[in-house]
Amino acid sequence: MSTTTGLSSTTVTTKRGITCQVLTGGPADGAPLVAFHGAGGHLADEPMLQRLAERYAVYSPVWPGYGVEEGEELIEDMLDFALHGADVIDALGLGPAHGKARPHLLGHSMGGMIAAEMVAIAPMAYDKLALVAPAGLWLDDYPIVDIFALLPFEFPQYLFHDPEVGAAMMTGGLDFDDIEVIKTFLIGNSRRLGTAGKVLFPVPNRRLSKRMYRIGNPALVVWGESDRLITPVYARAWGDQLPNATVTYIEEAGHMAPYEQPDAVAAAISGFLG
Amino acid sequence: MKFTWFNLMPWPDLPDDFREKHRSVWVDIPNTLFDPVKANTVYNEYMDQLEYADSLGFDGIGCNEHHQNGYGIMPSPNIIAAGLARRTSKAALCVIGNSIALYNPPIRVAEEFAMLDCISGGRLVAGFPVGTPMDTNFCYGQIPALTRDKYYEAHDLIMKAWSAEEPFAFDGKYNQLRYVNCWPKPVQKPHPPIYIPGGGSIETWDFCLDNDYNYSYLSFSGYKSGKKLMDGYWERVAERGKDLSPYRAAFAQIICVADTDAEAEKLYAEHVLYFFNRCLHVYPGFADPPGYRTVNTIKAGVLDQFRAEAREKYANATWKTLVDDGFVIAGSPATVRDRMKEMIQTLRVGHIFCLIHNGNMPDWKTRYSTKLFAEQVMPHLRDMWPEWEHDDRWWIKPLSERVRPEETMAVATRDAQIPEGAR
Repeated sequence: MSTTTGLSSTTVTTKRGITCQVLTGGPADGAPLVAFHGAGGHLADEPMLQRLAERYAVYSPVWPGYGVEEGEELIEDMLDFALHGADVIDALGLGPAHGKARPHLLGHSMGGMIAAEMVAIAPMAYDKLALVAPAGLWLDDYPIVDIFALLPFEFPQYLFHDPEVGAAMMTGGLDFDDIEVIKTFLIGNSRRLGTAGKVLFPVPNRRLSKRMYRIGNPALVVWGESDRLITPVYARAWGDQLPNATVTYIEEAGHMAPYEQPDAVAAAISGFLG
Repeated sequence: MKFTWFNLMPWPDLPDDFREKHRSVWVDIPNTLFDPVKANTVYNEYMDQLEYADSLGFDGIGCNEHHQNGYGIMPSPNIIAAGLARRTSKAALCVIGNSIALYNPPIRVAEEFAMLDCISGGRLVAGFPVGTPMDTNFCYGQIPALTRDKYYEAHDLIMKAWSAEEPFAFDGKYNQLRYVNCWPKPVQKPHPPIYIPGGGSIETWDFCLDNDYNYSYLSFSGYKSGKKLMDGYWERVAERGKDLSPYRAAFAQIICVADTDAEAEKLYAEHVLYFFNRCLHVYPGFADPPGYRTVNTIKAGVLDQFRAEAREKYANATWKTLVDDGFVIAGSPATVRDRMKEMIQTLRVGHIFCLIHNGNMPDWKTRYSTKLFAEQVMPHLRDMWPEWEHDDRWWIKPLSERVRPEETMAVATRDAQIPEGAR
């Protein structure tokens, strides 16, 4: 993994008054691509975003509850999340309202669920939609693992094709025998997943299916073949319900495909966005 | 001192290998372990025991709400309390309580508690728990980070419904009601005594003090480990400039009384261990969903009873460690008296929820222990707080003239008494 991230960070404040950090990178004249992270937050060096920043003007906002800034109490439901996403894009000065191109949207897991809602609400505001293992649908025969009842050590087996590599990536070298480390982790985890719970708990379905017909934008659905959190069966469901979607699968990748196979995922997305 | 005889109503038939075979007694306990035919006996036996406690002079009899839980078969404590209201006449009916964020709309609690207060002639103690994560989030699907907010709204709605004398509209975040018009209303004015059961959320202390509610610390870890938390509570009471009446606080304690200390172990050890080893076998993933505890509570480092370390303690529990560490107060009446005095003074509490039925304890042992406590322990503990003797702010104010159970039985079965000349 590269030691320089190739991504830098900026901070914006939305008209609603929520301040958030945004990772940015890539050529200024590249097509704008806004990427939303999943319930775990930004991880490692965001290798997939780095690859994409070789070609696109990448903006990846940190969701409320996931950064140092406060304000997550203003986000209570899916509409709040989706409008916040749009507010951040506005605060970044992107989109036709600012005389700029419509951005592509990319979302991973919970970020995909929210990105899809954003497009359903305002399809004309965005160009293409790329989703990596999005949450947001529910199939009774394939219940999604309850991440809110998992213990920290149980996550890697559901999230990664190779749980050992994944565990190292998740802990990031922290010493979990240190009580202060645990307390800091618990506070951060409580804020992150507490906020995510507003759209994912107890069942990660906020009735996007009813609005899916509105997403006529070209869409790509990318899924890790070894996803044990949201099984690849869901890829087909998304492909079937989105009016204009292509589905592609990534080998040797779990739910965290962007971290396990960043080259393959970035290549699939680049191929789709053009 | 006030003593409430509390029955958690555990399921008595969890198998010996429950702990090894199943990950949790709560939320996803295999429901094939529940036998409705057996439950016919179990429910009635447990309700009989509560009535027995009333007859022995306990100040209150208590029940609570849990869902999908092997140690509590009372998803609706109001049903139990309704039965008790008809067959007892003295004891407070302590429903500790209704998880008000789970009722849709929460006005249902205002109505049902009012019914209980009317049927019992003003004997209801109304508990408003936030609810455990197991019940509230995992069984009843409330979003963890919004649970407390929803709870506060439910509280405001219920209290306004009880006090308002005209219909009002309620435009809440979680409840929108155009016509709130509580009917019936409670006998006790302005409302029944309100108890807030808490584990260890520090927000709950301020909520109790803001509203002058009783704070009930419900833990199964006993008074020695409860001391740190109760000390924190009393510090907060003092900081807020409130008086230090011990009746502001209640504490739940497992108690076993026998003729001698040795007999207590012989009679009760297996049932207490059943409770700790099987009934408290809760999968830790259900105990603390992110967002349920506030950041302030996590920062304060208040660990609830289902933390990993407590869980291990239960796994290796023996009668001796449970008694030595104060999880259980057990022994002869003299021993129990001494330990109870120590506990009451240590925690500064005026109300004790006495957990005398434990785990799979058979009826006769429960009654034996209960009677010894009532006759040989309780009378000696009455005057622990002489300077607060007349402080009844957190106790029931029943009607002096009220329907008595001995009347209801006779009245219920009699033929029509037709007034002279009415036909």
